[in-house]
Amino acid sequence: MIRIVNLTKTFGEGDQRIAVLDNLNAHFERGRITAIMGGSGSGKSTVLRHLIGAYKPDSGEIYIDGEEITRMDTEEMDQVRKKFGILFQSGALFNSMTVEDNVALPMREHTQLNESTVRIMVKMKLEMVGLRGCEDLKPAQLSGGMLKRIALARAIALDPKIVFYDEPSAGLDPISIGVVDKLMLDLSRKMGITSVVVTHELSSALRISDKIIMLFKGRIIASGTPEEIRHSDDPRVVQFINGLPDGPIPFSKSQTDYGEELKEMTFN
Amino acid sequence: MTARFFGYIGRKGFRFKESSEGFFKEISGLYYLTRETFRCAFVEPLRGKPVKLGPVWIQMEEIGVKSTLIVFLVSFLIGVILAFQTAYQLAQMGALEYVGALVGVAVTRELGPLMTALVMAGRVGASFTAEMGAMKVADEILALEVMALNPVKFLIAPRFLAIIVMLPCLTVMADAMGLLGGFLVGVTTLGIDPTPYIDNSLDQMKLKDVITGLIKSGVFAVIIVMVGSYMAFIIEGGSEKVGQNTRTAVVVSMILIIVADLMFTTLFYFVT
Repeated sequence: MIRIVNLTKTFGEGDQRIAVLDNLNAHFERGRITAIMGGSGSGKSTVLRHLIGAYKPDSGEIYIDGEEITRMDTEEMDQVRKKFGILFQSGALFNSMTVEDNVALPMREHTQLNESTVRIMVKMKLEMVGLRGCEDLKPAQLSGGMLKRIALARAIALDPKIVFYDEPSAGLDPISIGVVDKLMLDLSRKMGITSVVVTHELSSALRISDKIIMLFKGRIIASGTPEEIRHSDDPRVVQFINGLPDGPIPFSKSQTDYGEELKEMTFN
Repeated sequence: MTARFFGYIGRKGFRFKESSEGFFKEISGLYYLTRETFRCAFVEPLRGKPVKLGPVWIQMEEIGVKSTLIVFLVSFLIGVILAFQTAYQLAQMGALEYVGALVGVAVTRELGPLMTALVMAGRVGASFTAEMGAMKVADEILALEVMALNPVKFLIAPRFLAIIVMLPCLTVMADAMGLLGGFLVGVTTLGIDPTPYIDNSLDQMKLKDVITGLIKSGVFAVIIVMVGSYMAFIIEGGSEKVGQNTRTAVVVSMILIIVADLMFTTLFYFVT
């Protein structure tokens, strides 16, 4: 369904150049949940932003449903974008609109459905996420978990083939995480939606995903089923799973030598 | 010593080059955004993709109707002030009854459009940047793009159409209020007879004066909405940038309004 081939991306210029993604290859299967995991700064959000066309790579290709998207112009990309939905980390609901208008927005803009049909569809989507009855609330009146569920209802408004989840469980309590996990499983199993989940919530990734890809410094260090990841003997994976502060993934994020940097400090 | 001096000059020059590069980058960014907005607002509807009118109405109310009070107040007071200031000079020459003519021409040609635009740059331009900037920070603009909705068409075009209609409307009302302010002071405090006041005003004021004022206010409207939107769309990072860019948007649009005013006044001086 989605294939990433030799994806490379660097940020910054000159001495500040940092390779965020380094020759990445990955494959996301149709109808399955694939989790992309890794610590902060491992490049997992960057992968997601490439998949939705927000970033252009330095080199490499991305195929979504057989179409190469990295060289598309805005209009072609918009056609591809209608095939997928995305759940942002913050929800990214429009604060000036009610819940109903938020969920109805993609339908009103991209389909010719009449208003009564749209309102019925909105009700169906809200029922799927278990929040029927909130139509007239504003996003500011909702809790964090409810925001995510409404955002998910909006993401699936046009019945997409693919849904991207950016940190779906960040900042939620365990029960809300369980709810979002259940929704993701339902969507994938019952409706055959291909899911790509970017997360660092280990327990939920192990619970719901069919395949886990683990990133470190823009490279894939492990890839496989949750069982394989759990029993991996790669020290970096072991460190991530056990949440150890120091190990092969260093505690200090500094690029330069501590002593050298102290010596080079100047004071006027 | 000399090496140090040239080093200093070199650094200065380099910094100047950097800042001028930044300046031209901003100008071209503003140009592309303006072109895209014109395309979405005027060309796309001809191709059968009309701008939805609902958001335009909402913005018209927000921009126009809710600004009437402040615009009325400012322009009325400007009329009063102008009458007092000119009366002081004209009375010395024994030409007090020309106050009406002076206030009329000054308000319709210059102060009506200019003061309205400046008030709106502060009131509306700032709210454009703050509102859309907050949306940009909260990923809402990215969400629009990913939903295959053009943020320029969805967010800027309604505001653009609304202000381009409402600012000239407000300017006409500001003109009227300015004239009224001048008239009231003229006939009460200054003791000018109403009939010669009105006769003198109508003799001196031409329809041309009002029309050039309205052309200017149309240009000011484009400046306010485009600078406000551009400053919102370039925000990267956190909410601190929203505050900074809102301030920059107001300052830049006020300066651009004055510069555009100068250019148009010069043009009209020679052409009409």
